[in-house]
Amino acid sequence: MSSFKEMTGKAVAMDRTNVDTDQIIPKQFLKRIEKTGFGQYLFYDWRFKPNGELNENFELNLPENHGASILIANENFGCGSSREHAPWALMDYGFKVIIAPSFADIFHQNCLKNGVLPIVLKEDEVAYLLKQSRKQPYELTVSLENKSVLGSDGFKAEFDIHPYWYNMLLNGWDEIELTLQLEERIREYEAEHSGNSTRIS
Amino acid sequence: MGNTIIEKIWEKHVVHREAGKPDLVYIDLHLVHEVTSPQAFSGLRMKNRPVRRSDLTFATMDHNVPTVNRNQIVDPVAKNQMDTLRSNCLEFDIPLADLDSPDQGIVHVIGPELGLTKPGMTIVCGDSHTSTHGAFGSLAFGIGTSEVEHVLATQTLWQAKPKTLKVEVSGSLGPGVSAKDVILYIISKHGVKFGTGYVIEFCGDVIKNMSMEERMTICNMSIEGGAKASIVAPDDKTFTYLNGRKYVPEGDDFLDNILEWKQLESDDDAEYDNAIEIDGNEIAPMVSWGTNPSMTAPVNSRVPYLSECDTEAERKAVQRAFEYMGLEEGQQITDINVTKVFIGSCTNSRLEDLRAAAEVIRGKKAAAGVQAIVVPGSQNVKKMAEEEGLAQIFMEAGFEWRESGCSMCLSMNADIVNPEEHCASTSNRNFEGRQGAGARTHLVSPQMAAAAALHGHFVDVRNLAAVEV
Ligand code: SF4
Repeated sequence: MSSFKEMTGKAVAMDRTNVDTDQIIPKQFLKRIEKTGFGQYLFYDWRFKPNGELNENFELNLPENHGASILIANENFGCGSSREHAPWALMDYGFKVIIAPSFADIFHQNCLKNGVLPIVLKEDEVAYLLKQSRKQPYELTVSLENKSVLGSDGFKAEFDIHPYWYNMLLNGWDEIELTLQLEERIREYEAEHSGNSTRIS
Repeated sequence: MGNTIIEKIWEKHVVHREAGKPDLVYIDLHLVHEVTSPQAFSGLRMKNRPVRRSDLTFATMDHNVPTVNRNQIVDPVAKNQMDTLRSNCLEFDIPLADLDSPDQGIVHVIGPELGLTKPGMTIVCGDSHTSTHGAFGSLAFGIGTSEVEHVLATQTLWQAKPKTLKVEVSGSLGPGVSAKDVILYIISKHGVKFGTGYVIEFCGDVIKNMSMEERMTICNMSIEGGAKASIVAPDDKTFTYLNGRKYVPEGDDFLDNILEWKQLESDDDAEYDNAIEIDGNEIAPMVSWGTNPSMTAPVNSRVPYLSECDTEAERKAVQRAFEYMGLEEGQQITDINVTKVFIGSCTNSRLEDLRAAAEVIRGKKAAAGVQAIVVPGSQNVKKMAEEEGLAQIFMEAGFEWRESGCSMCLSMNADIVNPEEHCASTSNRNFEGRQGAGARTHLVSPQMAAAAALHGHFVDVRNLAAVEV
């Protein structure tokens, strides 16, 4: 797993509610068998017009927003399909942090697994960030160690993260490796519950 | 204090628990499909890790498969993805319902159909609609590809114990009102995130009286309300459904299982973190008009006026949805014309769904200018529907009868809705572009989709019944 400690970067506002993973990465791009190269398709139907031209009005296409690495989003970001291609695309495009008042469960989990930090802040804090990040340049410094978000305008907020993920991300541990250290325990469980489920083959 | 069915299953599956960590839970069944698995298998290969329990893993191809000429996959990238699943299953010794298998179908249709899905199990799949399997009293939820890899390698997952939400649907449903309408109604009333962070237990008379197929439809779309999973306590209907299926034990073993499964029911004094009550008598056939499943209204009503929106954010979202969908505020639902009809998807492609749709169109014809396609959820469903004459009814009405797969639910194959075309769809998501760039999806029940095909616009199936029966 990639580690995350601290980063400073340009924040960009995407003030839309219920942004679903079908928008983040449309299905026609899910056929690849690699984890890389999805950034070019991020928000494809919004970034490009049907004729393939750039949609200049779309948030991410505004010249002042180029190079942003922190996405300020709204309620229920990442709802819908479980596709992990969504965080892969966000990451590949350059986003390392997403800040929203709420996230959909699976998407939230998928971000953590890929070292993209999903931060839940209070509604009024997000509303403030949405407003501020419309005026570039607006930079935020996100520290996982201190669980804090600091703005170039003096904004300051703290966030919560499950201690498991806090440690996992800070250290960049391989989750599967850690689980495999519990091999003994898993084997015991399997022995105790051998009648539990029916074998398939 | 007693326990809910959710807690009972959870506690039985905790392999390891320690402070500051989620629980490590054991996974009884891991379903795999071609879209969300290739990167997981590459991950294993890179670290030289085996699949821990290929005997608890089952794969199928569904998302990409063509529904006509299914063996000629013209899209090379899709073909590569399917070939990759095939070779991964071979390499890691995982059973696969391949294209030529009589068991092939949509992963959430074949799990129950083959009896892989059973009460009390933990089930995962790299697919959000894994919640479908909860209809059998199993704890089933969707996971991402990293988690797919984790389950393949360890047969476990780190998961925080979920909160519980009881959704009680009381009363009874009127004629022409289906399970699809119930779940669309709940989401239209409580929004697309009322379930976030929860596992839902559905109960109440309406749920009790539902068939297994109907319960699957409800659990399937609980994810559209944000829930991680949903569950219905197993009862005699569950056991009857499972009896004799391919992967269900037989004879005394089955009877022993039933005794065990009966213990799963939530205790009378179990407490939930939250509860919602729904009156089934209030529910009418529903039609989604917007770009998320909460933007849904009864067929005999209208889309909202912008002035009715409570917040600025909502007003913006509704305005955007109107623009995308090509609708005017206040427009009557029955005034929306449709030129595409899709009957299929893991929400509504089982035999009962096809029967319900066929009943509406028997002896009639699809309206001129409407293309209607029927995509059975599995090869088994297809075969049964052909045997009982449903396929004939569809074809005589001018509907296209296809091979099984996800098809126009997410249009990864060649089945797409054209830009600005309105589609009456029995699938589960009306997101922008889901059925094709610019496609305008309306989520409805199979009956309502069939009725829309006959008339070229939405009609209230209840009126059809009154006039014609
Ligand atoms: S039918 Fe649709 S929702 Fe169901 S698994 Fe296939 S793509 Fe997903």
